[in-house]
Amino acid sequence: MKTIALLTVLAIGAFLLYGTPEFPAWGDPQAPAALHVSPYYIEHTIEDTAVPNVVTSVLADYRGYDTMFETSVIFAAGLACLMLLRRYQPKTQETRLYRHVPTGITLRIAQGGKIPEASDEFERIDSQWVPYDLIVKLTARLIVPFAQLFALYVIAHGHHSPGGGFQGGVIYGAALILYAVSFDLRSTFRRLSERTAILLSAAGVLIYASTGFLCMLMGGNFLDYGYLAPLLGGDPVMARSHGIFIVEIGVGMAVMAVMVSLYYNLASAGRHDEGL
Amino acid sequence: MEDLAANFLTKYNYWAFIALVMIGFYAMIVKRNLVKKIVGMNILQTAVILFYVSIGAKRDADLPIIAHGHGSASHAVHAADYINPLPHVLMLTAIVVSVATLGVAIALAIKIYRQYGTLEEDEIGERIRNA
Amino acid sequence: MIWPVDLIIMLLVIICGLGALAVRDLLGAAILFGAYSFMMCLLWAIMGAVDVAFTEASVGAGVSTVLFVAAVFRTSRRTKD
Repeated sequence: MKTIALLTVLAIGAFLLYGTPEFPAWGDPQAPAALHVSPYYIEHTIEDTAVPNVVTSVLADYRGYDTMFETSVIFAAGLACLMLLRRYQPKTQETRLYRHVPTGITLRIAQGGKIPEASDEFERIDSQWVPYDLIVKLTARLIVPFAQLFALYVIAHGHHSPGGGFQGGVIYGAALILYAVSFDLRSTFRRLSERTAILLSAAGVLIYASTGFLCMLMGGNFLDYGYLAPLLGGDPVMARSHGIFIVEIGVGMAVMAVMVSLYYNLASAGRHDEGL
Repeated sequence: MEDLAANFLTKYNYWAFIALVMIGFYAMIVKRNLVKKIVGMNILQTAVILFYVSIGAKRDADLPIIAHGHGSASHAVHAADYINPLPHVLMLTAIVVSVATLGVAIALAIKIYRQYGTLEEDEIGERIRNA
Repeated sequence: MIWPVDLIIMLLVIICGLGALAVRDLLGAAILFGAYSFMMCLLWAIMGAVDVAFTEASVGAGVSTVLFVAAVFRTSRRTKD
């Protein structure tokens, strides 16, 4: 088995090496890939869309159709993970454990017992619960809001600097995952529940697609934001810039929610109890 | 020999790409552990992304963010001054899709572990035969 | 002369990739894979693909390492190869 695999891999490597002399040299300005479509994008992005970052304008405007289905792929992957792993438990369980936070006393409540009301004083825990590390908890509490703010900045400033919906969404999701790692899944569910995460990921794709259909309603092609000018105000060039921003918000929402829901399902193996 | 050295100096990024493709593909075939296979799959993916990005690179060129002053929309922009942005766009979405597929792959691995209690391919096969 | 940095990082990428596959502990493999992703991100930043490097830094070195650690935590660290 190993020799066959080695031979296959070596054959693939040999074929790729055989093709290497045909490739352009590294950094060659006359490489064929740089001569056909991309000069148009570079030279016309300012006058077409008023977006200096060419990557953003190509991503969300010139090739917006492509990006819409990339977002749908991410949404579908989130749903697939949910369907593979999620296990629903019956509501009634024999015993529940609650911890009184100020004193650290653990209450064991048998079936039919009175459950404490949801408040800051009591938190529900599992049998393998371990105390959180104070330093990790405090550091995470300091970092999370700034990480979220930075994510929003990355989404909003993607027109002028590296960034955009994908990066900002992933950073926002990573901030929530950091919260979930340093605290536990139950406290994260209070901030962003599973249902909200799935709804947000669907809403992100919906924002993207409905922007496209709105352009069709206004008389243009699918995702031709220039026709949104009467709605957004300003000339068609600025309308394309604003249209890119709307679409980036949709992408950011979808990516953030999918990252968080992937983490929810993987970290608790679908039971949604304790997490890492 | 001199030819080969010149070839290496101008195209070493393709050599790295070829090495990574071979590593990733070999791991996907030979490794028995499912998580190791997923790591191999990701190395293969990033190798392909490296290939695309290195096609787009340009010597002595600027980042693909157009330098422009306020109110000077008419000044000329030369495509040769900026790195080719098209591979970046395609690969940016590919990276985010790769993390989504990674999530699905790990979900499948966890499901298999729940069913058979192991991540090793040969042990899973044994358990299927004995069941 | 920028290219030696480029070559050194390429070498580090390949070493990290081989290490992630060779180490006999899945948690170590997950962490080495994070290092691999981060080296790859540096390589792309050198090539001028800042957006791709940004995405890889947040996705590859951030979220996917967490997902790998979650998988190892929910399954086992043991591996035979």
